[in-house]
Amino acid sequence: MRNKLLVALLLGVTALTTPALADDLRIGLQEDPDVLDPDQSRTFVGRIVYASLCDKLVDITPELEIIPQLATGWSWSDDGMVLTMDLREGVTFHDGTPFDAEAVKANIERSKTLPESRRKSEVKSIESVEVSGPLQVKFNLTAPDATLVAQFADRSGMMMSPTAAAEAGADFGANLVCSGPFKFVERVQQDRIVLEKFADYWNADAINFDKVTFLPIPDTTVRLANLRSGDIDMLERLAATDAASVKDDADLQYAEAVSLGYQGITVNLNNGERGDNPFGNDPKIREAFSLSLDRDAINQVVFEGAFAPGNQPFPPTSPWYDKDYPVPARDVDKAKALLKEAGYDSLDVEVQVANNPVQTQMMQVVQSMAGEAGFNVKLKSMEFASLLKDQSAGNYTASQVGWSGRVDPDGNIHQFMTCKGGINDSKVCLPKVDKLLDEARQSTDIATRKAKYDAARDILIKELPIIYLYHPTWIWALSGKMEGFTPYPDGMIRLENVKFK
Amino acid sequence: MLSYIARRLAIAIPTLILVSIFVFVLQKLLPGDPALVLAGEERDPEMLAFIREKYRLNDPILYQYFYWVKAMLQGDLGISLRTSQPVTELIADKLPVTIQLAVMAMVIALVIGIPAGILSAVRKGTAVDYAANFIALSGLSIPNFWLGIMLIMLVSVHLGWLPASGYESPFVDPLRSLQTMIMPAFVLGTALAATLMRHTRSAMLGVMKADYVRTARAKGLLEGAVILKHAFRNALLPIVTLGALLFGELLAGAVLTEQIFTIPGFGKLIVDAVFTRDYAVVQGVVLCTAVGFIFMNLVADVLYFLLNPRMRSSL
Amino acid sequence: MSDMTASAEAEIRLENRAWKKLKANRSALFGFVLVAFFIVIATAAPILPIDDPTATSWSAVRKAPSAAHWLGTDEIGRDILSRMIWGARASLMAGVISVLIAVFVGVPFGLVSGYFGGWTDQAISRVTDALLATPFLILAIALAAFLGPSLTNAMIAIGLSAMPIFIRLTRGQVLAVKTEDYVEGARAIGLSHVAIMSRYILPNVFAPVLVQATLTVATAIIAEASLSFLGLGQQPPAPSWGSMLNVAKNFMTQAPWMAWWPGAAIFLVVLGFNLLGDGLRDALDPRES
Repeated sequence: MRNKLLVALLLGVTALTTPALADDLRIGLQEDPDVLDPDQSRTFVGRIVYASLCDKLVDITPELEIIPQLATGWSWSDDGMVLTMDLREGVTFHDGTPFDAEAVKANIERSKTLPESRRKSEVKSIESVEVSGPLQVKFNLTAPDATLVAQFADRSGMMMSPTAAAEAGADFGANLVCSGPFKFVERVQQDRIVLEKFADYWNADAINFDKVTFLPIPDTTVRLANLRSGDIDMLERLAATDAASVKDDADLQYAEAVSLGYQGITVNLNNGERGDNPFGNDPKIREAFSLSLDRDAINQVVFEGAFAPGNQPFPPTSPWYDKDYPVPARDVDKAKALLKEAGYDSLDVEVQVANNPVQTQMMQVVQSMAGEAGFNVKLKSMEFASLLKDQSAGNYTASQVGWSGRVDPDGNIHQFMTCKGGINDSKVCLPKVDKLLDEARQSTDIATRKAKYDAARDILIKELPIIYLYHPTWIWALSGKMEGFTPYPDGMIRLENVKFK
Repeated sequence: MLSYIARRLAIAIPTLILVSIFVFVLQKLLPGDPALVLAGEERDPEMLAFIREKYRLNDPILYQYFYWVKAMLQGDLGISLRTSQPVTELIADKLPVTIQLAVMAMVIALVIGIPAGILSAVRKGTAVDYAANFIALSGLSIPNFWLGIMLIMLVSVHLGWLPASGYESPFVDPLRSLQTMIMPAFVLGTALAATLMRHTRSAMLGVMKADYVRTARAKGLLEGAVILKHAFRNALLPIVTLGALLFGELLAGAVLTEQIFTIPGFGKLIVDAVFTRDYAVVQGVVLCTAVGFIFMNLVADVLYFLLNPRMRSSL
Repeated sequence: MSDMTASAEAEIRLENRAWKKLKANRSALFGFVLVAFFIVIATAAPILPIDDPTATSWSAVRKAPSAAHWLGTDEIGRDILSRMIWGARASLMAGVISVLIAVFVGVPFGLVSGYFGGWTDQAISRVTDALLATPFLILAIALAAFLGPSLTNAMIAIGLSAMPIFIRLTRGQVLAVKTEDYVEGARAIGLSHVAIMSRYILPNVFAPVLVQATLTVATAIIAEASLSFLGLGQQPPAPSWGSMLNVAKNFMTQAPWMAWWPGAAIFLVVLGFNLLGDGLRDALDPRES
């Protein structure tokens, strides 16, 4: 009898105390990440998980300034060929391996040499890594590369435990070992990713959760329903059309940040046979098309005004935006005039679009608007895999596609606009632009770079190989009991100083 | 008996081979280059070449097919192009989830369908019969994804009674498992209940006219005993064989339901795999389903054999 | 000779009886009314006084049902009533044409398979087994993905996926009828295979195929809606109930009516075909008194 009472008491006490101990954060994601290995990873949503799992050499502020994380300071040599970085002391990886210059060297070499590594192009300019001290590395470059430090604010700068990486090889994704605030516990495909607090984190005081669980819930309505019912505590990529109801809800919080990326229409200028078409041949026709669109109305109708209309690779709020060319207002008359000048009263244009509801909705609005200026837009709905293939092979006239965006402006232009650019699907090739963009890469002086990008913009704004439409806004919805969350333009969820009230 | 099973198995083999060829060819014909999708946004040419090499995408189709068959016979179904996880592992993770869904749906279907069918048969021609049939047909006619969305809005969003998505294994948290699975199981089960009800009704009708039922009535047995002990027992035969086949169809019906309720099961796995051109996963999953379907057919046939006294005596 | 006359008479009596039974069956009539209603409005779509289903309006985005828009407007301001009516054309076409494809490809194969037997039968049966072993929706998804997302391709995909049912059904009927006396008699007097199949076997196959076809139209309509729901069927801006539902699910809290109407319409049309098919089966079933 007494034993039973004792057991009951114990159970009662544990039941009462257990909830208070566990501060578990549940985050709803739009998709299931792919392989959880920063060197192999290729999805945006994977980066959200890394933000809690892996520290990087440097990080960014919401204003896109680069600040120390695992590196405490850095400097360039005068000729721009050597980058010296000082590393933070007292950092260990989740498996106990100490973080030092050797670890950095091992990481960069993995990014360069692992066959499955998708970071090769990002670290291409690094010829070798020199360990110049226990906590100091020197990167020797093949050519000056101002974008390198910004690259280290993303996956190539994520530091993994070299011992664990060497052991696991390409299968590292099954059990990632980094040095971030949380360590990997388990992953069930398309169901959940569970992380738990890393006690020896160098900034452990700023971390207020014991456990973080990521739940991929693709349906935006269902994801929000989960937040409302309390099954998750926050979610990323709230649908713009749900923004109003979240803002009106006293139990929920709303946070947004204009992203680094863009959505636009890529036009086939010179990519194979189909590049030879009126739309791809005459820049005036493309200008007419751009003028026929009311970007503000598109934003209002499709995104409830939450996104940012755009006409350049960077949003108007970005320091790299060329203020000489503001987002054009709609001018149907001028559009018609330009089209007539080019010799057409009306023109058929086929635009490929991915067969998801949001992009199709947006393009239907575009179709309707361009129709008034004489463009008969025919929408070709395709699955993403086919769309990508056709675009790459030049089997298209125009294709509605976007780019997730990079911290460094070079990441939003170079590969698309240079003759040999790896993602130059329109095959635009203007030697002057090539020269300007190459030079912009090499200088670390912001004013110089801006001048060069502006000069390139003078040419590109007339050529319009990509007709930019808008810049998505990252929108988060959080439960009312959370505080301390800061929205970042790179869309990442940084949990430092975030906590339950 | 054994020779019967052996014969059926022998027929199953060419069928399976055909399925494997068919699904393999269809996959390869799907437009879109998986290497492009896998290489990531940057589309690094080195990466593209590596992927094509590693997954043998450059090899002639026949080679790729035979290599796959060879690996499969050794128990290796390849790896998911998306996450590098072995397909066998993926299937082992996801199949139990869909089976749990199917079992729960089947239970709901049996609990609703069979009594409704019996009732309908016993009260044939009356308002009850028409009503039951109408309700059953309605259950069949509602698009299950629409029903799912409506249920989520009503039950999860407005009433807050059940979670809108997710999954928990019954071995980890049985209550939560029930909560997450009850709605999708209901959506699947109601359509099945309709079919089951109609088949039970016609099986019962067929049996109730039989001589042995008249004999039982003539003996003065209570109506209830007549129905349950004699009629139903014999009507069980077609119902059971149908049930075994329906189980296979449940796996197919789970596809959309799992998408809507975000259940990490077989159905969701294969839809995502087709869209991301994850060849190995599609091939592995379709083959598994085909094997399962053929197995269920065999089980149905064997059950038919065992339950049918006339056939048993001829063994 | 006398055998054939007797069976011909029996057939006529069966048809009369079937027709009378069908007319008396109230559920089947209700089903017929439902189906006829949708077919009529779908055919009449071009002449009805309704809005252009693709006419957008920025000021009328997601408006609730009102006098101006009886069923409300959708996410880019188009009139839902109009889209529902034009969508009926897409959904009904998808249902009927898919089944026609399934019947006109499946029945001949079934005939040949059942009639000739032997290796032909084995080969066709194995292929049918293989197709049946693949889950219907998966097959349809894979085919639709292969052909490219469009309504036509969805119809082909669904038709091919439904074909095995008709092969099986026809084959079963042929096997049942093949041993009848009048068939043997026809062989004895030297009629060609084609003549025998078309004159004696096909009429017997007709009834069950009709019943199955009606019921399969219901399945096909739901399949088209499912494919459109996944983005593989009718592509915007052309309306289809399934693709309307696909978009509507993103606006369930702001504009629930966007989902009610297409869902209800699919339900009613499918119910209609199911009731009709059921009625046909009861009417044509020689066993029921």
